[in-house]
Amino acid sequence: MFLKHLRALVAPIATLLVSTMVRADYHVDILPPVTPVSRDIYALHFGILWVCVAIFIVVFGAMFWSVFKHRRSQGAKASQFHENTTVEVIWTVIPFVILIGMAYPATRTVLEMKDASNADMSVKVTGYQWKWEYDYQQDGVKFLSNLATPRDQIDERDGKVGAPKNEHYLLEVDNPLVVPVGKKVRLLITSNDVIHGWYVPQLGINQYGIPGFVKDAWFTIEKAGTYRGQCSQICGKEHAFMPIVVVAKEQGEYDAWVKEAKAKMPAPAPAAAEAPAQVAAAPGPAPAVAADPNKKWTMDELKAAGEKLYAANCSACHQPTGKGMPPAFPALDGSKIATGPKAGHIGIVLKGKSGTAMASFARLSDADIAAIITFERNSWGNKTGEAIQPAEIAAARK
Amino acid sequence: MSAATHVHGDHAHDHDHGHGHSEAHDHHGPPAGFTRWLYTTNHKDIGTMYLWFACFMFFLGGTMALGIRAELFKPGLQFFDPEFFNSLTTVHGLVMVFGAIMPAFVGFANWLVPLHVGAADMAFPRMNNWSFWLLIPAALLLIGSFFLPGGAVASGWTLYPPLVIQQGMAVDFTILAIHILGASSIMGSINIITTILNMRAPGMTMMKMPLFVWTWLITAYLLIAVMPVLAGAVTMLLTDRHFGTSFFNAAGGGDPTMFLHIFWFFGHPEVYIMILPAFGIISQILPAFARKPLFGYASMVYATASIAILSFIVWGHHMFTVGMPAAGNLFFMYATMLIAVPTGVKVFNWISTMWKGEMTFETPMLFAVGFLCLFTIGGFSGLVLAIVPVDITLHNTYYVVAHFHYVLVSGALFAIIGGVYFWLPKWSGKMYNEGLGKLHFWLSMIGFNVLFFPQHFLGLAGMPRRIPDYALQFAEWNMWSSIGGFIFGFSQLIFLYNVISTIRSGKPAEQKQWEGADSLEWTHLPTPMPYHTFETAPIIK
Repeated sequence: MFLKHLRALVAPIATLLVSTMVRADYHVDILPPVTPVSRDIYALHFGILWVCVAIFIVVFGAMFWSVFKHRRSQGAKASQFHENTTVEVIWTVIPFVILIGMAYPATRTVLEMKDASNADMSVKVTGYQWKWEYDYQQDGVKFLSNLATPRDQIDERDGKVGAPKNEHYLLEVDNPLVVPVGKKVRLLITSNDVIHGWYVPQLGINQYGIPGFVKDAWFTIEKAGTYRGQCSQICGKEHAFMPIVVVAKEQGEYDAWVKEAKAKMPAPAPAAAEAPAQVAAAPGPAPAVAADPNKKWTMDELKAAGEKLYAANCSACHQPTGKGMPPAFPALDGSKIATGPKAGHIGIVLKGKSGTAMASFARLSDADIAAIITFERNSWGNKTGEAIQPAEIAAARK
Repeated sequence: MSAATHVHGDHAHDHDHGHGHSEAHDHHGPPAGFTRWLYTTNHKDIGTMYLWFACFMFFLGGTMALGIRAELFKPGLQFFDPEFFNSLTTVHGLVMVFGAIMPAFVGFANWLVPLHVGAADMAFPRMNNWSFWLLIPAALLLIGSFFLPGGAVASGWTLYPPLVIQQGMAVDFTILAIHILGASSIMGSINIITTILNMRAPGMTMMKMPLFVWTWLITAYLLIAVMPVLAGAVTMLLTDRHFGTSFFNAAGGGDPTMFLHIFWFFGHPEVYIMILPAFGIISQILPAFARKPLFGYASMVYATASIAILSFIVWGHHMFTVGMPAAGNLFFMYATMLIAVPTGVKVFNWISTMWKGEMTFETPMLFAVGFLCLFTIGGFSGLVLAIVPVDITLHNTYYVVAHFHYVLVSGALFAIIGGVYFWLPKWSGKMYNEGLGKLHFWLSMIGFNVLFFPQHFLGLAGMPRRIPDYALQFAEWNMWSSIGGFIFGFSQLIFLYNVISTIRSGKPAEQKQWEGADSLEWTHLPTPMPYHTFETAPIIK
């Protein structure tokens, strides 16, 4: 009676599910390893899994034999035995021996993965809420890596229809970490604000970035390709939206990439005053505003650049509407700081506010910060009419 | 050192003792109305209140879980702001750990410890009342924080700084709630330990106690050891937030990692606080339905104690990705693997208890066997996670989520549900509906596995936990997981209905509803039980 109803309910759902199953991706395994360590991890996992499966068969075999045979409806009569020292010793000792067998290869891998010495190159990885910064210690390249998936693919709330999702939805960034194949790359992992986790499964690395401390990890990628991961430790509102993409290139291509990336680095302001302005478009570190600190910018130029920069750096918390999400993320629209003296506004953007989610944005260029602040002071209901110039930011830094 | 079971067999005929009580003490019955519950010092009333409180919190935390599964049904953000989603995962965890599982076990302890050892009540009845009523303000603070500006705490239930330092005043509410819950747990533990050590009936030696009493004795010691540690950790968070200290702030000479060490020094024994009483319940149910004494009673006691002691030296396995030195990682790996030995002993003992028994499969037995199957799977995934290199690739992924739900839902929760079905006839004096109970079991079993088994695959493929939205390759298993979640969630309503309708209109239960049950409440006390029991201690031979 009940079953009939259940079947009537389940059948159409099942049909639906089966039809999606045909084209679906039912991955049940660790992703293919591409480094020596991650290959060891893969082998270890399978080794232990098979040991567990063997024990599972014995344990569940005995249990289900008992469940089916030793039941009253099978005419079983209860025995009254309740101890047996011999078997109790045996099933204490055997698991112990199995565990030693597991511990040996695991220990070797631990020692291997902890040995980051003699690396060919080092990259300092800094977690920010909610992006990564990569600082190549030898090659002098440094840039931020942001989520590249457009917001309109993500947000489907309030009846919005999300845009069609990219193939690498949420696992794509504007500037990937590019490394050479076959080289031992040492990562120096830290954080600027809260604990993050730098996690790329195929490299066998999952390491917390802890503010105030630097931890290391290493990998040697054996095969050119693109490997994806994301932040593994909850780090606030946008935790799901700070992916990691690692691109492994052959040495020659890597060298060419370094050259190109260096050319795109923002000129170190203000010393290199004559550095030519960069055009923002190509991958690599790309200031949205040219970095000539002496140029006087018009209000419109600043606001236009500021709007883009605001969307990339500020709007996750303070919202595109400027209304924020009080009290954790205060409104800028009508706020005392964004409508009061500009020194206070510049100060908070450069230094952040301790004990809150407001981090320092001093890593952005003077021109970028000037554009953002100008945008914030002249948008929504804020009408200060002030165009902040990069030179003012440079002065405030001192 | 023979099992308790042998001893009480002779007492099965000794009914008149209990009957005498129920008639002679009518005037000792409970007062009517709300004050009965407010002022009560009766262990049965307090046990009942603990269980209903846990039930309420279970459905509340379950509702949050369904919110999480609804958001994760498909990629994209459909329902919640990410920050609210983080609050859901955080408060779901806190509510289930501190509001559902722990109070439910304390409810069992209140009901059963005095009955099992032949005591008239708990050692400190008035403190018992207080430790229950403390739960109410704590729950109000925890749940009420959803309505504060900024919403409830959203840092994950582990409350790691510096993230938790950034958040709104909900964190302060949560810290205060944890302090109150800790005080309540410590009082409850003192009560349980004192009752067990001092109030056993003549002849009830320690090694004759039902295993449930043993597991709670050990659990109570764990609670007393670690709740103050948690209180210290959250107090340091509080002073870091408001009074300018820098315990966990590197800029002031502190270290966020220190919080992780302190938290997990509490957190790992806490895991066993939530599972040892479950071991006790299962060790009462399995022999009753196998009609055969518990196998290896003494080794069960020793295994429980070993697990409890080991639980103090394995906390680092929650922190393999923090970047401890190799020696630290290896130490915690070996210590963690060692726990598999006593845990294995328990599983083998339970199977041997079933072996050559005369089993029937009423609902409590179904849940006990379900526990045994699924807890074992949770044990296997725990073994996989103990291996440092494998843990590093699975840490903070859905594999871990699957692992601890196999241990805590099909472990702790299945034991609680099985225990409720097992003792409800005794507690309420009425028999539940067996058909509905079996339906509840099978829907829970299927729903649970559809819900959590695919999460192993998600974790292996690298899906982190605590994210409201995910990449497309995780879509299929998440859809299945959500479907299982809704089956599991809604089938718990059958349980609620079954319990309520039993209490209101169930058929009268027998004194010894389960013919294989052998602890004192079945052998010595009538059904329904009088309000006061064992005012004269039974003599245990």
